Amino acid sequence: MLVYILRRLMATIPVMAVVSLLVFCLLFFAPGDPAALIAGDQATPDDIERVRLRLGLDRPFFTQFSSWLARLAQGDLGSSLFTNLPVAEMIAQRIEPTLSLMALTLTLAVVIAVPLGVAAAWCTGTWIDRVIMAVAVFGFSVPGFVVGYALAYVFALELNWLPVQGYTPLSKGVWPWLRNMILPAVSLGFVYVALIARITRASMLEVLQQDYVRTAKAKGLGLVGILFIHALKNAAVPVVTVIGIGFALLIGGAVVTESVFAVPGLGRLTVDAILRRDLPVIQGVVLMFSFTYVLVNMTIDILYTFIDPRIRY
Amino acid sequence: MNALFPVAAEAPDLIISAPVMPDILLPRKARGRVIGFVVRHPAIAMGGGLLFVLVLMAILAPYLGTLDPTAVAPAQRTRVPSALNWFGTDPLGRDLYSRVLYGARVSLTVGFCVAISASVIGLAIGLVTGFVPWIDNILMRVMDGMMSIPPILVAIALMALTRGSVTNVIIAITLAEIPRVSRLVRSIVLTLREQPFVDGAVVAGTRTPMIVLRHILPNTLAPMTVQATYIFASAMIVEAILSFIGAGTPSHIPSWGNIMSDGRALWQVKPHIVFFPAVFLSITVLAVNLLGDGLRDAVDPRMAKRM
Repeated sequence: MLVYILRRLMATIPVMAVVSLLVFCLLFFAPGDPAALIAGDQATPDDIERVRLRLGLDRPFFTQFSSWLARLAQGDLGSSLFTNLPVAEMIAQRIEPTLSLMALTLTLAVVIAVPLGVAAAWCTGTWIDRVIMAVAVFGFSVPGFVVGYALAYVFALELNWLPVQGYTPLSKGVWPWLRNMILPAVSLGFVYVALIARITRASMLEVLQQDYVRTAKAKGLGLVGILFIHALKNAAVPVVTVIGIGFALLIGGAVVTESVFAVPGLGRLTVDAILRRDLPVIQGVVLMFSFTYVLVNMTIDILYTFIDPRIRY
Repeated sequence: MNALFPVAAEAPDLIISAPVMPDILLPRKARGRVIGFVVRHPAIAMGGGLLFVLVLMAILAPYLGTLDPTAVAPAQRTRVPSALNWFGTDPLGRDLYSRVLYGARVSLTVGFCVAISASVIGLAIGLVTGFVPWIDNILMRVMDGMMSIPPILVAIALMALTRGSVTNVIIAITLAEIPRVSRLVRSIVLTLREQPFVDGAVVAGTRTPMIVLRHILPNTLAPMTVQATYIFASAMIVEAILSFIGAGTPSHIPSWGNIMSDGRALWQVKPHIVFFPAVFLSITVLAVNLLGDGLRDAVDPRMAKRM
């Protein structure tokens, strides 16, 4: 077990290296002169040259890459072209809303989607199944920000149940925090629910044909026992996998959802950085999100061995 | 009726209706080609039909009672839908109905171009990596890295580097989609390579490039078509997201994302500006997804039951 976990940890290193290289290339091959960009509009050619020398932008690709990597290893992501603040600090300031949004969405999506998928598999071919799968197709087709606007219009503007926009930190109480997070989380989770429900159904359909399910039925086990204890446990691997892969949707969706609901998180930071062409910030956010994604999927790979002890690599 | 079927009226319980004939037993003529197709593949018919209408709408946009979608009329800002402006006007007084119809052109063009280019490049990479191990080792590590960056972030990062234009949007989304497509093709190729007919071709002395073109490629086309429709759908969503956050299609071109972006600041008081492009975007994506699901079920009936 320990060997497997260690090996899996080691396997993420080359992936992260490639990600770093790709993200570095982003800035290195950016059209236009980064030195001129950093020096600002009113810089003379001398100023630009000085910036170039100071930042080592005249050095060859691999020299620049290795020094960038060395700084990265110390948590230094460079500083914003616009505010001059360190990118790492800017990310740290904005991380709480995004983390809350993702955690809530993930919980909500799993709690809703898995029972839906199980129900659809159990009632396969009936109208329940068809309704659930039709909802799933809608979930794939209606973009998250459209759902967001629709929900906000109904529940915030018309019914006045929930706040329209904004964010309250968790430190000000759970309920004020949750009130602000419900609508963004539901609209972000829509596509995720569709994805998980569909895979859960497919995986459960396969498992429900197995002999031990018939045995469980024969020995008089209740429906809940059969579905959620015997079957779901064995159908869990693809479900958990898709939760990990779908995390990419969550990251992408967060950028937009935060814009719709004016949540001051990393998504807003990204959008602002794009509008200002603040490349170090974009680089930092992309890198951070990608590392998170790699780590999430690594954790899930390790989880496999607990869900299904037969899995060994 | 009663005179003809007295028994039926008096004792309806006793009636045994004629067994419904299975579909295949019906005479061919009675079904008709079109109806038969619709019955057998409702998703393809519905999705394809809807998509066809939307494509027609995009092509015929100038003739469907539209005005100049870029004509600014400050005096008529943010009007609600009326007989003059069917969908109302946006914050610059531009006619929303015209903008939404012309916006279909951008979405469909981006979706189509990305689907085609990502499929072709992905096919090429998948075929090569499936047969040339050393290229496979290098390329797949790069793809692993690229796949670890969520596709939308790849597109956002690429768009941040370049100036916004429809071509750049297409390139950015294509690059973001390629890793997943080539992975898929590669996995299909690896399965196909073990098939007896490939062994047969090898024994018969067929050269590798010929095997790839004649025996492997045709077998990847069906799953690739299905995949291409899904890319089509997701590319349209990504384009809308990019435009919505201001990193996509240049703002002077009417695209659904741009229209929503224009209406964003005002959506609490004038929700119609966001509403119309949102509905059209959702319907279009739904049509393409339905088409994809239908094609998938037609290509692989075994999957039809599972998914």
